[in-house]
Amino acid sequence: MTSLWSRLEPLLARVRKPARYIGCEDGAIVPQHGHGKVAWLLAYPDVYEVGLPNQGLQILYEILNERPDAVAERTYAPWVDLEALMRERGIPLFSVDSHRAAEDFDILAFNLSSELVFTNLLNMVDLAGVPVRSELRAPSDPLVMIGGHAAFNPEPMADFIDVAVLGEGEEVIGEITEVVREWKASGRTEGSRLAVLRALAQIPGVYVPSLYEVEYDGDHIREIKPLYAGVPERVMKRTVSDLGDWDYPRNPLAPLTEVVHDRLAVEVFRGCTRGCRFCQAGMITRPVRERPAEQVRSMIVDGLQRTGYNEVSLTSLSTADFSGIESVISSIVPDPTACGAPTVSLPSLRVDAFTVGLAAKVAGGRRSGLTFAPEAGTWRLRTVINKLITEEDLYGAVESAFASGWSRAKLYFLTGLPTETDIDTQGIIDLAAGCVAVGKRHTGRANVTVSIGGFVPKSHTPFQWFGQNGVPELRRKIGLVRDAATKTKGVNVKWHDPSASLAEGLASRGDRRIGAVIERVWRDGGVFQEWSEYFKLDRWLDAMAAEGLSPDFYITRHRDEKEILPWHHLSAGLHQDFLWQDWRASLNEFGLEDCRWTPCYDCGVCTGDGLEHIVASPIPPAGGSQGTGQDLSRGGITPVTLRSKSSVGAS
Amino acid sequence: MKIRVSYSKLGKIRFTGHRDVAHMWERSLRKAGIAVAMSVGFTPRPKTAFGLALPTGAESLIELIDITLDPASGVTADQLDSIADRLTTSLPVGMSVTGIRECAGTEVSLQEGVVATTWIMLVAEPDGGPDIASAVERVNSSTEVLLTRERKGEKHLDNIRPGILELRSADAELMSSLPADWIGESVGHAIVAVLTTSGRGIRPTELVEVLVPESDPPINPWDHLNRVLRINQWIERDGERVDVLTGRPAHTSVSA
Repeated sequence: MTSLWSRLEPLLARVRKPARYIGCEDGAIVPQHGHGKVAWLLAYPDVYEVGLPNQGLQILYEILNERPDAVAERTYAPWVDLEALMRERGIPLFSVDSHRAAEDFDILAFNLSSELVFTNLLNMVDLAGVPVRSELRAPSDPLVMIGGHAAFNPEPMADFIDVAVLGEGEEVIGEITEVVREWKASGRTEGSRLAVLRALAQIPGVYVPSLYEVEYDGDHIREIKPLYAGVPERVMKRTVSDLGDWDYPRNPLAPLTEVVHDRLAVEVFRGCTRGCRFCQAGMITRPVRERPAEQVRSMIVDGLQRTGYNEVSLTSLSTADFSGIESVISSIVPDPTACGAPTVSLPSLRVDAFTVGLAAKVAGGRRSGLTFAPEAGTWRLRTVINKLITEEDLYGAVESAFASGWSRAKLYFLTGLPTETDIDTQGIIDLAAGCVAVGKRHTGRANVTVSIGGFVPKSHTPFQWFGQNGVPELRRKIGLVRDAATKTKGVNVKWHDPSASLAEGLASRGDRRIGAVIERVWRDGGVFQEWSEYFKLDRWLDAMAAEGLSPDFYITRHRDEKEILPWHHLSAGLHQDFLWQDWRASLNEFGLEDCRWTPCYDCGVCTGDGLEHIVASPIPPAGGSQGTGQDLSRGGITPVTLRSKSSVGAS
Repeated sequence: MKIRVSYSKLGKIRFTGHRDVAHMWERSLRKAGIAVAMSVGFTPRPKTAFGLALPTGAESLIELIDITLDPASGVTADQLDSIADRLTTSLPVGMSVTGIRECAGTEVSLQEGVVATTWIMLVAEPDGGPDIASAVERVNSSTEVLLTRERKGEKHLDNIRPGILELRSADAELMSSLPADWIGESVGHAIVAVLTTSGRGIRPTELVEVLVPESDPPINPWDHLNRVLRINQWIERDGERVDVLTGRPAHTSVSA
């Protein structure tokens, strides 16, 4: 094993942002490779600035390097300029820690946070000098693994990966290490690749696509079955039962160059049971597990000291729901006017006045803009998606924001949601205009930016059966909002290109046949598909046509209850019955309460896996109606019951 | 108290940019627990002032930063060595404090005061053309050395000869005084150049462009410049170049 540094070094002054490739971050380890150690190369298939802050990768990096039988390094997708030079000179994919060649590692483990990075994975495997199709790999080639949210439907990647890991990695990476260590010790002999894959498939949460056969009946799947006895019929995701046992990263990586989210991140809880039906993250990360407030405090203090950052982001899917939020904030922001005191950022704000109060407390003198996500323009549609925010909640939040000195608010919406009509789409602008009117009472500069994204249905959610809106329909709806906005003072509209939503939809709910499409797009040069300058819809449509596959079948078609979905054999713990009932409830405009503080409705996650919520407070935190239609501005009472939709009132 | 600190930037970290270095210093000062005076306003910034930007990819034995310490911290002159040690511990691998002294409020700022810097450059011998030693001689014997440079999107033909204050091949003694790990596996003809930083200064890459033969399409100077190291920064005092940190005149020592 030798370092590629001397070959890379002469190239770096010739490429953009060469600091992407040098490693050397605060918190980076000096890798100790050695005989018998399993070498992991943790890969993020996007550019360094996007991948470095990824917390999942940082956590696994540290846990693996603490093990005596493992060593882990990191790699990120080289930008196109360096990739061209590397290919020209035959330099393979390398780690940023010790600049070792990727093929010197036993495992290439990719963190997939979205589906549009699939082609980058192929590109990196190819750049590593490893065959992109798993069936062509030799015992000497590394095992290619994926994990992360976009690994919950790994079927489009089935031809390219050896292993997909479902769920949280803290525990399972140790179990995988042990199996691979045995394989190394046995000499990785000819034919042993199948044996190690079969052994890995015995680990809960580990899915080996090549050990399953998919039978088709025309376009539809007839059956998905294991090829060997002992291979599980259904693979369940992994979940750590108590986040307090895993206070990682203890040595957060602080990069030498600017990255997105350039601040300390401390995860305050994992999982979310607000039950938004479009949200894959909320569905697949249940149950809610809060980190003890005291541990949050010590991770903040240690992390700031180790990194020298003066800003910390308290991360989760809805940080205002954290039971200890007020006490944590009070203890780290003793005096917001003090020079040098750390600033706190709260991503994923809940929509209510209480939450804005928290934001005001941590913002110090800064009032750059506040972001809320009502997601849909009318109460009716918000009951469909179970984002149960009343207009009063939103206006209360906005009132509080403008009264506290903010003059800009940003509102996130999805379009292309189930049952959406033009009344709902128009409602987006009505809500934004209402917010501007509230703001004008406080400042003449009040303005609201509406940001619209096209909805892409994801696996393991109640909307997995829904036919996604096509590109023309999404364009038409975005056009309606834009037209309405031109007649509304103080409202600006931003939108995402719907054509990328189509490719994302294809990759999100595709089956194994989509693999050939992904390979064609990659071979045609389609890398960095999350970057608009590199995305071309025609590449995807041409590849679909060349493979004789129908975009309608995969993307815009509604599925029915009987259909075997491509991820039928993979489970995020949610009962299929629960998802289907929630989908029917959605179409009937019935909301569902948050089970943290109400009796269990048995979605399947806790009961199936012997888990439970770990929430410090038995009652909901103060603030707004919290989707109950009740006034919870002073905190909830137990039990909270959901009032019927009629008593909440339509908007 | 205001202090002037010199530091090195060597090895892999040379591929970070000037803004990156500014962020590293902010974080390192906090890690070292050094209280820096803050500007007032909604977003208070630490009162630091950097010297001339080092091009991304270049190394240095002498980069400079002026830091105004928080008056409330009561730092005295005899604590400066300990501050230097704490900073070196907190700075990333490849950056170390090499000098520190109190800086009078009346001293000219680094951006204005520094008039020239000395570079050691390892330049690859070009294929086919005259060798670097001859190119150095040619520059030294000319009064005009023309280079096309861009200003505001337009191309201008500049005579850069007046800005090349000194140019010669580096001798063995100088090379042996450099950090042992500096040269590594790089090869090339070692030259010493003192280049002006006043007005539109001359970059090491621009000097390379006039030392290697022209070609079409134009060369990428980094194809020829294997390594480049800044070893001195000069201010002018009584018509003489003196070291910005120590005040030693140019003729007493080449490397700081």
